Amino acid sequence: MNLYQAVRDALSNAMMRDDTAVVFGEDVAFGGVFRCTMGLAEEFGRERVFNTPLSEQGIAGFGIGLASMGHTAIAEIQFADYIFPAFDQIVNEAAKFRYRSGGQFNAGSLTIRCPSMAVGHGGHYHSQSPEGFFLAAAGIKVVIPRSPIQAKGLLLASIRDPNPVIFMEPKILYRSAVEQVPVDDYQLPIGRAETLVSGSDVTLLSWGTPIYHCETAMHMLNSPPETLARHVPESLRSAKVELVDLRTILPWDVDAIVESVTRTGRLVIVHEAGRTGGVGAEISAEVQKRCFLKLDAPVKLVTGWDTPVPLAFEKFYTPDALRVLDALVETLSY
Amino acid sequence: MASLARARTALPRTRKIAPFVRTLQTAADSTQLHQDASHSEPFSVKLHEDSFRGYKTDAPSLDLEVTKDGLLKMYKQMALMRRMEQAADSLYRQKLIRGFCHLTIGQEAISVGMEQALTRQDNIISSYRTHPFAVLRGGTVVSLLGELLGRQCGISKGKGGSMHVFTESFQGGHGIVGAQVPLGAGLAFAAKYQEKPVATYTMYGDGASNQGQVFEAFNMAKLWNLPCVFVCENNKYGMGTSAERSSSNTEYYTRGDKIPGIQANGMDILAVVKAVQHTKDWVVSGNGPILLEFVTYRYGGHSMSDPGTTYRTREEVQRMRSTQDPIRGLQRYLEEWGLASEEELKRFDKDAKAQVDQAVEEAKASPLPEDNELWTDIYNKGSEPSYIRGREREEGHHF
Repeated sequence: MNLYQAVRDALSNAMMRDDTAVVFGEDVAFGGVFRCTMGLAEEFGRERVFNTPLSEQGIAGFGIGLASMGHTAIAEIQFADYIFPAFDQIVNEAAKFRYRSGGQFNAGSLTIRCPSMAVGHGGHYHSQSPEGFFLAAAGIKVVIPRSPIQAKGLLLASIRDPNPVIFMEPKILYRSAVEQVPVDDYQLPIGRAETLVSGSDVTLLSWGTPIYHCETAMHMLNSPPETLARHVPESLRSAKVELVDLRTILPWDVDAIVESVTRTGRLVIVHEAGRTGGVGAEISAEVQKRCFLKLDAPVKLVTGWDTPVPLAFEKFYTPDALRVLDALVETLSY
Repeated sequence: MASLARARTALPRTRKIAPFVRTLQTAADSTQLHQDASHSEPFSVKLHEDSFRGYKTDAPSLDLEVTKDGLLKMYKQMALMRRMEQAADSLYRQKLIRGFCHLTIGQEAISVGMEQALTRQDNIISSYRTHPFAVLRGGTVVSLLGELLGRQCGISKGKGGSMHVFTESFQGGHGIVGAQVPLGAGLAFAAKYQEKPVATYTMYGDGASNQGQVFEAFNMAKLWNLPCVFVCENNKYGMGTSAERSSSNTEYYTRGDKIPGIQANGMDILAVVKAVQHTKDWVVSGNGPILLEFVTYRYGGHSMSDPGTTYRTREEVQRMRSTQDPIRGLQRYLEEWGLASEEELKRFDKDAKAQVDQAVEEAKASPLPEDNELWTDIYNKGSEPSYIRGREREEGHHF
């Protein structure tokens, strides 16, 4: 199963268990632009899987109203880039509904799915990673999976989480990531990072697509190809890198990251969005405060640049394995 | 914006008045008895023939059945609501209420008339000028004033403030202009999905009516035939801009494209009751959404920080107060139809004042929320992140 099939499988599981669950968004009734909802309308009926007008703000507000009446609302924003018209509804309505009504109403059963991150040629309006914009919206959760198994388990957990969740799916992985995904209903924990490779010399933290660049960079560090060999000192090639997938961006797993950095003394964070005001900045601020005396090197960020995602230079904008390798070398030899 | 508003006055204003179009009646006391008023039995009255206008649908009939008890109840409620808002006004001036505070003085006929015509199963969702709804639909004056004061006894535990008041049958209380309108479509969809025979009243003002999401919600509601009544409370000013200056089309009941609309006199509470009965029947019978515009007037400023006299004349406010006041309108019906004497009505006013005075004291006596309310209700209890950062180390909270 690849990632879009895993998402579809999760939606199907969710709708089967929960009669109040409805899936809606632009073009979802006939499968959606990435085929994530393919066949759902036929399976569950057009009353439960339906198209909306092109009105993101309307979709989000509609979903909040639906959710506040006890429905499980699973909305799709066609691209994460188009979540900004709905930003007001998400930040001011969904996130604060519980708080400002003193717990009387909430939009907890709302989940907003949106394809996110770069594909290499999406440009300004189809390749952004807007997760950082939601960091200050206390009341919502933001989840980003890295693979089909993760996507299904985390999406089911997001749908059932009693808080509104924004679920961003790295769209380049829809087809390229393939795993043996259980067809049963299962959930993975929200709010918990996962250590993919244990290590003791540096913590390498990422989420979504760049996880794979990190993995490549780790291999390059251990056995650099000839053309790069002179840039990778011999002494660093046996370094043990701890690779961590953050999975939930808000609220992020402070304890796990602090625990890891306390052991390794070094941290490299990789994300696609620009650096300023980004998730990496938030994490490094907290880590440098909590691990100040344990750090052997400054926290290193490998991110997109502080520009719009450029159409022509998208490959240059998104962090790749080389930039991650460079950051590892710099941090390890600090 | 202020300079822009001034610049505009210098421009020649072309106001086209079509001489043969009849305008809506906005007097508060133009309803006539149809038969002798009865003290015990329901009796029928006839609304002024210009109480309504219809768009792509017939205007509601002018016949309405009322009872003495119903009229008295509405009178008491309107008197109480006005007293309560006046108390809020004075608490705000004493700097006991902080933040924002939008009063409904002048518009009482709408909330009270709607409450009269609807059941608690019907949904009402509105913006930030909503104090009466919270009290009429399950709250108390104490809990409302307590919320304004930010006290524990508040209807949202003191965490919402003036704009964010909710009860089980009133879905709030939303501070962002127009943002509640798509939510209303969602409420209506849920009601339809669950096959409940209820109407959803989604309310907004003439100012919010120009928000893009309002039209998005209209479209969805019509597309899916939702049992939703979109109510535009046209109080003639969106903050400090008159309707004519903000809207290309000020006939708000005609702005739903394919959705039919009704314009109603929002100052005569009997016209409000009739319009709400009519629109509820309309949506519950499966006719899809309908627009309902109440032409009304607010006596005060947009909020407490607006004196309300920079963009309209004092004479205009005074004229509305003295000629079209909804409470005085109903008072006239009760007196002229021989249902209550002036003394009785004065006693009701006194009772309302006493009730509000007592509520003010009770609300003031209620303590401020506990510190830990800062970090409760952000996430669902039991699924919070382990740590939420406060201003300082020791204020941070571990769940």
